[in-house]
Amino acid sequence: MAEYLIDTGRNQLVADRLTAQFGNKLTGQELMADMLCMVVDPEAVAEIMRFLRDDESLQYNFLTTLCGMHYPEKEQLGVVYHLHSFKYNHRIRIKTVIPESKPVISTLTGIWPAANWMERETYDFFGIRFEGHPNLKRILNVDEMEDFPMRKEFPLEDQTREDKDDSMFGR
Amino acid sequence: MTQGIKANYWEKDLVRQEEPREYITLNVGPTHPATHGVFQNVMLMDGEFIVETEQTIGYIHRAFEKIAERRPFYQITPLTDRLNYCSSPLNNMGWHMTVEKLLGMEMPKRVDYLRIVVMELSRIADHLICNSVIGVDSGALTGFTYLFQEREFIYEIYEEICGSRLTTNMGRIGGFERNFSEKAWEKIRCFLKNYPVRLKEFERLLSRNRIFMDRTINVGPFPAEKALACGFTGPNLRACGVDYDVRVMNPYCSYEDFDFSIPVGQNGDTYDRFMVRQAEMWQSLHIIEQALAKLDVLSDKTTFHSGDYRYVLPPKEKVYNNMEALIWHFKIVMGESDIPVGEVYHSIEAANGELGFYLVSDGGRTPARLHFRRPCFIYYQAYPEMVAGNMLSDAVLTMSSMNIIAGELDA
Repeated sequence: MAEYLIDTGRNQLVADRLTAQFGNKLTGQELMADMLCMVVDPEAVAEIMRFLRDDESLQYNFLTTLCGMHYPEKEQLGVVYHLHSFKYNHRIRIKTVIPESKPVISTLTGIWPAANWMERETYDFFGIRFEGHPNLKRILNVDEMEDFPMRKEFPLEDQTREDKDDSMFGR
Repeated sequence: MTQGIKANYWEKDLVRQEEPREYITLNVGPTHPATHGVFQNVMLMDGEFIVETEQTIGYIHRAFEKIAERRPFYQITPLTDRLNYCSSPLNNMGWHMTVEKLLGMEMPKRVDYLRIVVMELSRIADHLICNSVIGVDSGALTGFTYLFQEREFIYEIYEEICGSRLTTNMGRIGGFERNFSEKAWEKIRCFLKNYPVRLKEFERLLSRNRIFMDRTINVGPFPAEKALACGFTGPNLRACGVDYDVRVMNPYCSYEDFDFSIPVGQNGDTYDRFMVRQAEMWQSLHIIEQALAKLDVLSDKTTFHSGDYRYVLPPKEKVYNNMEALIWHFKIVMGESDIPVGEVYHSIEAANGELGFYLVSDGGRTPARLHFRRPCFIYYQAYPEMVAGNMLSDAVLTMSSMNIIAGELDA
């Protein structure tokens, strides 16, 4: 397997720029095996993303992907964004967590139109509402569906089954 | 770069203002021969011109991300087959490499080169389907019938390598399940000899054909900046003139050892997409030839998987004679291998764009979360804007040139 080069200088630059600009809105920072990950305040997501896109020294011009997360033990939902700067060929991951009781976060469709369907998919499966989204409705599931199936409270197997021991056959 | 693009570009009011007109609503799909897949477009038509379009997708949604949360890692490979089913081996390899990245496995060079042979073969298979279907949709069935023989031959090569053809489930985490047979090598060499002739013929048939050019040039063009903002990747983005290729930007699987160029287009119209794919097939052939040459030079002729038996099934003789090997074998088969806690994002240059796997592991036997970045799903949302104002017959061509694969679209 090829060496996965981590540009530590650029990671540091990104972390410093973000801290200088949004110091109080960053709640965590982690250097993961593959890329830098910043945990940010959900209130400030759109603002931070716009900054990451437009700042001369960062230029994260490409929203690679966006997906929902569910942390049932903390009663939280999350959104994970992957950004890519073509100019500096650098990727970062941005994470946010929001409470299950109020799953609202601002949309990124104004920054990257590509976020439109990704956010619809996240809404469809996790029930995260993206404020300001032009057309937030289900995309892969039927409109009549009431639940958000990717949440962890929906196990894959029929819960009434007793012949399978979960400790032996997966979560 | 993305400034100035309206977020609600798909809501652009295209209705002509001068006089009250009568529009008709036309359902294209869900099962329509021209969509080449199960998805629906509800089109508002002004005569033969499209005023606006809305896509309905999800007809073959199979909840792969959910299913993956209950499967050991090696059982997720068959799910990836069914994403872009025109080039399953690419998806398989992408998934294997994601897991290997999480596990921190070092792969032998020979495995990397074998993978590259397979990946480039399936890129050719995917591109040739797409390009010959562009021909079909513009009324030229001939090229399709010729090129499909070659696709058939690629499937025979898959069959020699892994035993199956369409949904291949090829390779394992940590390499391949067996070495390529003599017959497989023979067929690959035969393909390398015959395919250029066919491809040349196909190119002569279409690329400078007046009718084909008139049908495709300036049909469904898309400017580079919008394409970037809309998340285009792969040939569709390169047709707009952006030279983004994951194989070059973030090399994986030893692509850095290879010498190839990234073809780009100019206007991002149907013709450019066609020509970019055409040029990429030549590049892929070139890469396969290099890989074969490199494999010849390697002293190692037998390695086909990594030697890390915690994650790769040990050889049967070892399983029968060695207790550790037996334990590893059992743990792998039962999906009980020790998986580190962590998360990785790995992306490969699949046939229609950047195929990404975001894998979150909590140390359990299955992924805590697995998200697929499916290139089709992201760029298909720009379709209404690409076809607005065009004629219906051009919209069909635009769609086939975007290479929308329903399996990948709906996950």
